[in-house]
Amino acid sequence: MNGPAGAGPAERPVVEVRDLSVRMIATKTPIVSGVSFDVAERQTMGLVGESGSGKSTVAVALLGFARRGLEICGGSVRVGDVDVLQLSGDKLRDARGRLVSYVPQDPAAGLNPAHRIGGQLREAFSVHENLDKRELEDQLAELMRAVNLPSTKQFLRSYPHQLSGGQQQRVVIAIAFACRPRLIVLDEPTTGLDVTTQRYILEKINEMAADYGASAVYVSHDLPAVAQVASKTAVMYAGRIVEVASTAKLFGEPRHPYSAGLLKAAPSADETNRLVGIEGRPPRPGHWPSGCSYAPRCPRAQDDCRAEEPLLGPIEGDSLVRCLHPIPLESGAGLALTAAPRPEPLEGTAVQVSELIAGYGSKEILHDVAFGVPRGECTAIVGESGSGKTTLARCLVGLHSNWKGQITLNGQPLRKGAREREHEQLRRMQYIFQNPFGSLNPTMTVIENVEEPLRHFERLSPRDRRRKALDILDTVHLGKDFADILPSSISGGERQRVAVARALVVEPEVLVCDEITSALDVSVQALLIEQLRDLQLQRSLTMVFITHNLAVVRSIAQNAIVLQTGAIVEAGPTERVLDDPQHPYTRQLLEDLPRMEPSGQAAAVG
Amino acid sequence: MAADPLQVAPVDAVRHTATPSLRRRFSQALATRPILSMVLSRLALGAVTIILIAIIVYVATTVLPGDAATAILGHSATPERVAKLRAELGLDKPLLTRFWHWATNALSLNFGNSLGEAAPATSVGTVASNSVTSLASERIENSAVLVLVSAVISTVLGLLMGVYAAYRRDGFFDTVGSVFSLVASALPEFVVAIFCVLLFSTSVFHWFPAISVLEPGVSILSQPEKLVLPVLALVIVVTPYMFRMTRGAMIEALDSDYVEFARLKGASTARVALRHALPNALAPIIQVVGLNLLFLAGGIVLVETIFTYPGLGLMLVSAINGRNVTEIQYIVILLAVFYVLLNIVSDVCVLIVTPRRRYPR
Ligand code: SF4
Repeated sequence: MNGPAGAGPAERPVVEVRDLSVRMIATKTPIVSGVSFDVAERQTMGLVGESGSGKSTVAVALLGFARRGLEICGGSVRVGDVDVLQLSGDKLRDARGRLVSYVPQDPAAGLNPAHRIGGQLREAFSVHENLDKRELEDQLAELMRAVNLPSTKQFLRSYPHQLSGGQQQRVVIAIAFACRPRLIVLDEPTTGLDVTTQRYILEKINEMAADYGASAVYVSHDLPAVAQVASKTAVMYAGRIVEVASTAKLFGEPRHPYSAGLLKAAPSADETNRLVGIEGRPPRPGHWPSGCSYAPRCPRAQDDCRAEEPLLGPIEGDSLVRCLHPIPLESGAGLALTAAPRPEPLEGTAVQVSELIAGYGSKEILHDVAFGVPRGECTAIVGESGSGKTTLARCLVGLHSNWKGQITLNGQPLRKGAREREHEQLRRMQYIFQNPFGSLNPTMTVIENVEEPLRHFERLSPRDRRRKALDILDTVHLGKDFADILPSSISGGERQRVAVARALVVEPEVLVCDEITSALDVSVQALLIEQLRDLQLQRSLTMVFITHNLAVVRSIAQNAIVLQTGAIVEAGPTERVLDDPQHPYTRQLLEDLPRMEPSGQAAAVG
Repeated sequence: MAADPLQVAPVDAVRHTATPSLRRRFSQALATRPILSMVLSRLALGAVTIILIAIIVYVATTVLPGDAATAILGHSATPERVAKLRAELGLDKPLLTRFWHWATNALSLNFGNSLGEAAPATSVGTVASNSVTSLASERIENSAVLVLVSAVISTVLGLLMGVYAAYRRDGFFDTVGSVFSLVASALPEFVVAIFCVLLFSTSVFHWFPAISVLEPGVSILSQPEKLVLPVLALVIVVTPYMFRMTRGAMIEALDSDYVEFARLKGASTARVALRHALPNALAPIIQVVGLNLLFLAGGIVLVETIFTYPGLGLMLVSAINGRNVTEIQYIVILLAVFYVLLNIVSDVCVLIVTPRRRYPR
């Protein structure tokens, strides 16, 4: 299989995907249409897209696999000399894992909870070749060494749930590399990992791909992570590839308006800019518009865009772009952003926390936490999973009442649980949850959801109540059209805006936001952040913004508090904390954070 | 290359304190042995359950109209004779004393004598073979055979069909099987039992006996044809549940990420279904098997009555009809113990097939 393809040209790419198309079996609705790209030997290609773009469907289709209800309906995936899509039965089975292998998104879900790690690793070999016991154990030991995991009996006998997230991910990577495949498909392999582990895993993948001579396709919505590992990047929108270019070009001079839109929406950890989101939402399968599918959202759209579907074609400077009016070269690519305005500083402290100790049962989560939230500013509380940041937010708003210490609002001490607090105190401090799906009542319309807090806090006639709710929906750029529909029929970003509206309708002074953007795509996240910024400026709102994302901190917060395992390790103005971190933990976080600038390393691998 | 930030988590770290108190040591020992700790706590809970049931049954049977003395002597007996026997039987003592007496005897498996008509009414307390425990022993055996055979057949059938239907989801077998199982589980047992009799015994075919009367002392195993219809009725009632639960559990497992990953690793379809999906579907399946056994233990009352099958269920029904208080008490306690033990066994089995719970982090 590894023989040279005749005396053919050496540049012939190892992987050649042509016109790959996937559709729903029942309705024949296309999900992925005409996807084509090449990956050279030992090259890593990034495949970027937002949710619903079809990138994950492409990822598994590279292994000749379609998820339930879908079928691959055309195209070819040539890896080496084999077209994976022409294989079937045992041949296809054998190609999966040996010729093309796969690293799933969530290793905790991808590893079988009923089997020991060792068995799952050995299976990666044994389903493909008949090794005797000695050989198998030798190869296993070598593989474990490559991913820096112990190959001790004790480790191999453990079950997936006994390992940390990073260890699970390395087990999965080891499985993917076991048979030395020519192509590795990585489907968002670092989602949910903290930045330090993520950086380690990304480097590990690059190193392994180089050592094992594999090409890789790295599927992700995370632009900085792609910039770090890929030497070439393809952008997907609505089931099609809209731009393919070297990573440096794509991130430096995107030619497709959507690529540029993504980049302008992504917050930077180094500069505080106004982000530019992308209004509207991507078309759903079955509702792709005729002509360019980006046209309804595209700032460069002209009449001809709606008439004919642009083809993915070469453009000066070696990129492939699917656009009739691509962004001209050297126009600055429209990537220039304006610096974000700062709110006027106000006097005093809105919320003061001192000697806060909180926990669940006898387990202490927060150890003696103290800080103040300056009025009219946004204070970010940054931490990774397990830092106690959500517990902290819940103590502030009284959803968690097992705490000691003091929390004051405008100088008045607050009782522990929300139920014991005064009406007026509750009104003044509102909370927005992480999950936009769980926080709204699904049986009430959007406007009823927004009106709900008014019933508690104000005596208004139904008509006044509705007027007030409509006003606030307007403020978050959701017009009347959204008022009388159910939350289930709007998108995640829109739902989160409804949640903001619901919190704002009672005119609070303090808004506590718990990871409210973490489930959103960058283009939507940008809209929400800018909206909050505007509200903050217009209404002198004080915000407590809980997040794990340092780039988000930079773009919205004036103050940052870094939380590590329940204790504050650093606090101060955002610029000071991020530009001149004092604590080693903060420094580590900043160092491990992937940056948008393509790293030299990725180029070296290519 | 970043330094490796991840350390290997100790798989079974047992922390030792310098001078652990006995209680502390005990609770630590339990924490590392989830099965043992679960069995112990369930046994304690089960004991409480059985005590409660014993109290309820004892009280309920003593407040039934007509007491043991009337039951033995019949309604024509003179009040003096009844009073004399009541004194002999200790029935004139306070309820609490009698309960205590009964409960302590029960602990040594002495549930007293049957009050049935077969008992020689005059020689109370002298006939050893008239004890309820020895009268019931044959019945227990017969019922156990009935329940076990039905359980094995319905479990095997339900499992195989459920796995196959899940594997070929929305296929012909799955669709037909799902419709049939819905219809079958909507039918009450007595309808099914009567239908079986009509079809296989009296009206259409005449293959099997309609009733399963047995001579005392004859094992049911020597006349298996009498087992067929009761077993068939129970299997028809129980299998649909097994089928539907197995199918559901398998579908959930087959839709999981780990099954997709196994497929993309290159594992064969059979391997994916049997090695990857099935072990994860086992926990819910075991729970249904346990529930079904409990259901069968209750279901025998009806089915045994319809077929006059000489088992515990029939014995209970006639004991209730004849106000045979000691028999009722014994059988109810027996069933309660069976329920409790079965629950423990099924919970232990679930724990064994769920590593996540067996080896806490
Ligand atoms: S073809 Fe037109 S609408 Fe589509 S991306 Fe290009 S400019 Fe925008």
